[in-house]
Amino acid sequence: MSQTFTAPSPPPRSPKAARAWRQALPFLLPNLLGFLAFTFLPILACFGLSLTDYDLAPIASLRDLREQINFVGLTNFLRLLGWHREAGHLVANDAEFWRYLGNTLFLMLGIPLSILGSLLLALLLNQRLRGITLFRTIYFLPTVSSAVAVVIVWKWILHQQPNEIGLLNSLLLEFGVHHPPDWLGSMAWAKPAFIIMTLWATVGGYNCVLYLAGLQGIPEELYEAAALDGAGPWTRLRHITWPLLSPTTFFVVTMSIIAGFQGSFLFTAAFLMTAGGPAGATTTLMLYIYNYALSWHQLGYATAIACVLFLLVFGFTLINWRFGQRLVHYE
Amino acid sequence: MTAPSSPTRRRLPLLLRAVAYLALAVVGLTMLTPFAWMLSTSLKAPSYAIEFPPRWIPSEPATVDIAGQTCRVATLADDPDVRVALLRYSPRGVRVQVISPASRAGEQALLSETSLLPLRQVKFHWENYRDAWRAQGVKVTDALLGLLPRADGFLVFYLNSILVSICVTLGTVFTSSLAAFAFARLRFPGRDSLFVGYLATLMVPSIVIMLPVYALLSQLRMTNTYSALIFPVMFSAYGTFLLRQFFLTIPRELEDAAVIDGASPFAVYRYIILPLSKPALATLTTFAFLHCWNDFLWPLMVVDRLALKTLPIGLAHFQDSYTTDYHLLMAASVIVMVPVLLVFLLGQRYFVRGIALSGLKG
Repeated sequence: MSQTFTAPSPPPRSPKAARAWRQALPFLLPNLLGFLAFTFLPILACFGLSLTDYDLAPIASLRDLREQINFVGLTNFLRLLGWHREAGHLVANDAEFWRYLGNTLFLMLGIPLSILGSLLLALLLNQRLRGITLFRTIYFLPTVSSAVAVVIVWKWILHQQPNEIGLLNSLLLEFGVHHPPDWLGSMAWAKPAFIIMTLWATVGGYNCVLYLAGLQGIPEELYEAAALDGAGPWTRLRHITWPLLSPTTFFVVTMSIIAGFQGSFLFTAAFLMTAGGPAGATTTLMLYIYNYALSWHQLGYATAIACVLFLLVFGFTLINWRFGQRLVHYE
Repeated sequence: MTAPSSPTRRRLPLLLRAVAYLALAVVGLTMLTPFAWMLSTSLKAPSYAIEFPPRWIPSEPATVDIAGQTCRVATLADDPDVRVALLRYSPRGVRVQVISPASRAGEQALLSETSLLPLRQVKFHWENYRDAWRAQGVKVTDALLGLLPRADGFLVFYLNSILVSICVTLGTVFTSSLAAFAFARLRFPGRDSLFVGYLATLMVPSIVIMLPVYALLSQLRMTNTYSALIFPVMFSAYGTFLLRQFFLTIPRELEDAAVIDGASPFAVYRYIILPLSKPALATLTTFAFLHCWNDFLWPLMVVDRLALKTLPIGLAHFQDSYTTDYHLLMAASVIVMVPVLLVFLLGQRYFVRGIALSGLKG
């Protein structure tokens, strides 16, 4: 993945290469142009803009351009990541950023749980039982549902007001929990509530289907041979299923980390349920970036945070590739 | 949870099978509960949407009209066959009139409140859906490029979502299948590194890409246009990747004969690859449609005019104005969710296969 981009259309060196390109270009062009315009160049532009103080002011002429977009070097990154001394203490220049990074990482604690849950569900779904398709469909429903609708109903489930009790707390009260938490209103419980909600939304989703496909790719003979050798269910799970699923696990972990940093479901949840509150407890980096760009129009700074987010994803993926790859058992 | 640990395709012993079903059912119920609660609340009367303890089946006190007056209905605690209408409360008790059995209908009496059991009746307020659809206050003007001078909020959001999703899906499938063909079947210098470049961008957080595009669109005064909603999301690297993986599984021998007969690459694409790839195309269609239909962040960034809002951001807007009208909010959520669920149930097979395909060689 770490390979650099090649120029999309390298100057053809030989007539043969030129002919090959002429043949491929009509097929490539529609997608390639769009890819360049709406994916590749924007990535470069994001890094470029992060070195400016651009604030989304309208630009009508070349003179505007020079006035509105000033190159400020690494100023944004110093403000974002740097420290200064204040009354003898070291203080982060942008303490909020570190806090929201912490929130993002905290909310990602649900990922291992979700992956484990997906694996367990896939093991269940892989049994020869009647009605399995129905269960699989039900488990997948949250994944295909509109996140906005899901978040709105969850807001109503987690609701807690003096004389209005949401579904979850009603159930908790009936089961004898006397002071159920004010999920979305308290600093301590808002993040756990988000994790529970994300677990519900993801556990039966893509990862579960990937695991199920992985399980169905394990040859039956292996289990039969193991059973003949007297291996019990746990041994078979430990020494056949788990190693043979490791490529799937690797893929699932990689994608979950990427998705976790993006947190588009959590963005929707924070945006609609809590507006990032209470007191910033559910603000993720995505929401922070969104606010800088869309609410405060500081595009230069917003792109700088986005670049840091990108580097974080990149770094974690790289670590995962270097160390995770070793644990993967390929047949 | 005691998951059966042997994932063989053999049948489980009876006891384990029971445990497996129990686990499956518990998880299934947990998954369905929010949807059921959404449906249930969407059919409740406003004043009964918030109740403790919660009621799953929408019901409210039964009423009857007596001489132009709406009265609550109760049965007698010591004779459940007798139904009475509660005429008025007084310090000495409740004045009631018998409504059934017919032989005693019309009799009146003064009873203490404790001797009466209030009667509830199941009532579904389907009109919540109409009210949410009309969403008073969300009268939209000049929607659909001026074709609809005035229209209900959700009608506009629906039409916008349909228009945008169809354009994006068609565009994605068309451009991705062409590019995937080039990556899977044609040889040209730099092909593989270009493909790796495509793949690498799947790792980039979407906000990195969205910010500059958003800045450009707002510079060009192109926010609040259908183009802004459609074009930037139409060229999918993921779709190209997915279709390429599938095209690679089609045996080359099938096209050899055609190529020897002088078929052009386009003819191979059009008459051999595409017809053989219907399942993969269906997969991508389902993926692209659902993804676009549910997309929240991008429309949120580029559209703030009501007339251009798609369903997710329309629903978010609706939530802003009807924060506490849970019955309407839930009805609106159901309205938004129904088509997605239909598309999913129809395309489910392809959906599952597509996920497996993208994972295997990822």
